[in-house]
Amino acid sequence: MDDRELKGATAITGLGVTEQGKVYGHNTAWFAGEAIRLALDDAGLEKADIDGLLVNQGVTPLPGMGGIDLQNHLGLTNLRLLAGMQVGGATAGVMVQYAALAIHHGMANHVVCVFADAPLREGRSGGGAYGGAGGGYVPPGMSGLYTAFGMFGINAQYALAARRHMGMYGTTNDHFGAIAVGQRAWAAMNPAAQQRELITIDDYHASRWVAEPLHLLDCCLISNGGVAVIVSSAERARDMKQPPAYIWGMGQGHPGDLKRAGWDVDTQTGAPIAKERAFQMAGIGVDDIDVCQLYDCYTYTVLVTLEDYGFCPKGEGGPFVADGKLGPGGSLPTNTGGGQLSGFYMWGMTPLAEGVIQTRGQGGERQAEKNDVVLVSGNGGILDHHSTLVLSPQPS
Amino acid sequence: MAEQEYSLPIPVADEASQEFFDGAKEGRLMLLRCSQCGRHRLPGRERCADCWSTETEWVQASGRGKLYTFGVMHQKYHPAFAGVTPYNFAIVELEEGPRLVTNIVECENDDLRTDMPVEAVFDSVSEETTLIRFRPAS
Repeated sequence: MDDRELKGATAITGLGVTEQGKVYGHNTAWFAGEAIRLALDDAGLEKADIDGLLVNQGVTPLPGMGGIDLQNHLGLTNLRLLAGMQVGGATAGVMVQYAALAIHHGMANHVVCVFADAPLREGRSGGGAYGGAGGGYVPPGMSGLYTAFGMFGINAQYALAARRHMGMYGTTNDHFGAIAVGQRAWAAMNPAAQQRELITIDDYHASRWVAEPLHLLDCCLISNGGVAVIVSSAERARDMKQPPAYIWGMGQGHPGDLKRAGWDVDTQTGAPIAKERAFQMAGIGVDDIDVCQLYDCYTYTVLVTLEDYGFCPKGEGGPFVADGKLGPGGSLPTNTGGGQLSGFYMWGMTPLAEGVIQTRGQGGERQAEKNDVVLVSGNGGILDHHSTLVLSPQPS
Repeated sequence: MAEQEYSLPIPVADEASQEFFDGAKEGRLMLLRCSQCGRHRLPGRERCADCWSTETEWVQASGRGKLYTFGVMHQKYHPAFAGVTPYNFAIVELEEGPRLVTNIVECENDDLRTDMPVEAVFDSVSEETTLIRFRPAS
């Protein structure tokens, strides 16, 4: 099959983003439902128009197996497509891909893809939700070694990955800091961002260590909230309420990790695998990309992802970002809503939501001048899972 | 560290890792070796990820390797670590291939470097458990 037939065959036609951050008093199902309600309103669709639902659960549970009982919470009847999906932060992009394929082959008309999470509780630290010490429990066997040696949480895992890159290529905290500073400058122009106060490189260095080499300002936020997108056929999208964000290309990459010598899993993402098919489908090269929305659980994730898409040679991500080219006024506008570092943390929905906004040209003050080709990446695990979407306001 | 003063979490063996923990008590770093393809792995997975054989034998590793990567933890996730924070945590790549979680001892955190040669140190922390840490190779 010529996968070029998929270019522009489907589009994202609805986007719903709830209030984000320290939003209390609601459970995860409420955030999911609210995001879907907002997405339908945005798309100009009725509940009965939805015939597909794909659900990505965060660290707090949604009802039913993998969240699929959301169908009944929202009274969505006679669906033709339904699944709970999980490849970590790559899931948002992956859900859109399965939705697009199903729609293209006639299995559904309008598919909702939703993520919601509510790990923050009033008066309690949210950090534990993403890798605390498990209440002091020491699991038996080899897993217990992580507890014994004090290797707790996702922060520790990404600290190890970032350190490996620094050791191999001479990457520095100044390089990571340039990413944090640039994204905060974008967030300052995004009314929906959680952190909007401008920061300098000195502020970055002064922010406390979490797990060296990661400062607090290297790490993403934690948010309560929900985001939903609706995927429809290009044919239907043309007559809908919003400018379509056409899906030009898509791909996934899951390199695997045998946890032994010879596997550069800490300095390699799945992007080289994912982009190959996505760029081929879209008929583009890396130089055609106008705007990037790259998964940014940590500053380092952005740096290594840029390398793996070929924006610069492998290992040169540090010097590449050092001049501030990712920030406002730079040559490669990246994470223009502030990303997960400064905007809000909804796993892969954070880059996807801003990708849709930029593709539509609805970025307001922060809208990129040129938006013909918008790259959206997702990243799950510790650089283990990758999704690529190429979006465009043009059908082809 | 003297045994009676050791206040950090102490892991114990499960069925799959019994030989690993027993070996450590006797000053030996034990690995699984696939009987079919000869590749080494840590306990916990019954099947060789390369050749899918489930036949294995326990072998003693050299105890030498290199510091693949490391971090220094400042966040106090676990109350027992409050007194030792900041402390390093590390992944050592053993000569035989597998990567093992550990701490590096006898080295200041500022002197840690990726790829530095390291060797195993057997640290008896309880009657049941000896933890395998690493130090710069002499």
